[in-house]
Amino acid sequence: MIRTDKLVFEYIRRDEEGNVEGITRAVDDVNLDVKPGQFIAILGHNGSGKSTLAKHFNALLYPTEGHVFVDGMDTEDDSHLWDIRQEAGMIFQNPDNQIIGQVVEEDVGFGPENMGVPTKEIWDRVEESLKAVNMLSFRKSSPNHLSGGQKQRVSIAGVIAMHPKCIIMDEPTAMLDPNGRKDVIRAARALNDVEGITVILITHYMEEVIHADKVFVMDKGHIEMQGTPREIFSQVDRLKELRLGVPQVTLLAHELKKSGLPLPDGILTREEFVEELKKLKK
Amino acid sequence: MLRDITLGQYYRTDSVIHRLDPRVKLATTFIFIISLFVVNNFVGYLLATLFLVMCIKLSNVPPKFIFRGMKTIFFLLLITMVFNLFLTPGRAIFTLWKISITYEGLFLAIKMAFRLILLISGSSIMTLTTTPNNLTDGLESLLKPLKIFHVPVHEISMMMSIALRFIPILLEETDKIMKAQMARCADFESGSLINRAKSLVPLLVPLFISAFRRALELAMAMEARCYRGGEGRTKMKPLIYQNRDRIAYAVVFGYFVLAIVVGRIIF
Repeated sequence: MIRTDKLVFEYIRRDEEGNVEGITRAVDDVNLDVKPGQFIAILGHNGSGKSTLAKHFNALLYPTEGHVFVDGMDTEDDSHLWDIRQEAGMIFQNPDNQIIGQVVEEDVGFGPENMGVPTKEIWDRVEESLKAVNMLSFRKSSPNHLSGGQKQRVSIAGVIAMHPKCIIMDEPTAMLDPNGRKDVIRAARALNDVEGITVILITHYMEEVIHADKVFVMDKGHIEMQGTPREIFSQVDRLKELRLGVPQVTLLAHELKKSGLPLPDGILTREEFVEELKKLKK
Repeated sequence: MLRDITLGQYYRTDSVIHRLDPRVKLATTFIFIISLFVVNNFVGYLLATLFLVMCIKLSNVPPKFIFRGMKTIFFLLLITMVFNLFLTPGRAIFTLWKISITYEGLFLAIKMAFRLILLISGSSIMTLTTTPNNLTDGLESLLKPLKIFHVPVHEISMMMSIALRFIPILLEETDKIMKAQMARCADFESGSLINRAKSLVPLLVPLFISAFRRALELAMAMEARCYRGGEGRTKMKPLIYQNRDRIAYAVVFGYFVLAIVVGRIIF
């Protein structure tokens, strides 16, 4: 679905006369391959280059070196630009700054309108996408009256209405409260499970990645670790080096193991932890 | 709460006028204003008043909302009347020192006042019955012919509707910045007018910075959703004339012809 090939991106800082002051490598030699239908998580602390990487998937930024392919199309090829943006939808961090319409349903219709979808089909798409994120009852509301989580779900509906094959979420939950966060992640998982849409979730909340098929951990523009959540979270010390926390349950299990309890590595959920503890009792 | 602010002065209710196509309402307002300048006698004004009263009745908007708008132009009205009353040359009714009130002046002053009142209430009927969003849609569609002269009609209306969407958000932000500065002992309420104006500067700077940041992010989000200008765009809610709109056009046309005949030719 999405493949990067030795991707490098450099931000060039210039002074007032336009002379180059310095070059920052935000993304450095990244190779990744996302298969259709996967739920991918990209982790990293602030400034690790994860958002810059995400903007390449939807041709908002172009590689300095290397290539990005979306569904086989090179993002640098201008003739495919709008196909790429339609196939790879993007959700941003701040819900307020990505809602254009003054009524929820108008905002969801914005993408299809831009694509030139006939009026009747726009209405069908709006209804089905609002249903998919469980926001149909708010279709006539003003976005200003919604909570952060609701706004973010409207943004997701706006992307679904464009019938993408892949959704890239750039820290969609960073500005939300815990309840809004849960709703948004639930909506993202439902899209992946039910509709089979590829989801790339960029985040620094560990709890959100435990259901992912594959996790990439970024640091200083490099991909430092990759694997299933279990593989990643069994390396608690390595994650700490990268200034990333692990889910509380995982951390607890890790500490218990260090002090002598024979627990396995990479416990992700509370249920799992309880099961393991029960086994120990026997 | 700042977020509950209503923009323009839309009065939410259901009526024939509310349901009319915004283009009809814009055109009607335009024609009504022209008719006010065409008619030249009191019978004509009477006709215009009757037409307006009919619109107000049909719109279900309480008349006090319409007259509320009048408060803002009260001084303008007063000044116009006074100037017309005293400065029109003609047969004097009453002379005091060098200033005199004339028959012509009296007639002109009343006419001007009538014209202004009708003009303002006529246009407020439009804004009271049309949502700002509908209004921009209507404007876009009416101004489409200007595209021949390379006027970016779609872009202008897009900017207008985005501005409308962001006004409550920016107001909320202003409120936040103000509170944050008040918490650090900024004073917005006391002092002379100049001092108060000065204290707004540190408020405007962060507001502008954040507005630009928002604009940048919004532009990116719009591009990510395939926005590429008006070319090849379809509408979710296209404006389509209904029967009631055709009837309204006919009524307005009838009124206009009658106004010219009555207000200009016969008397």
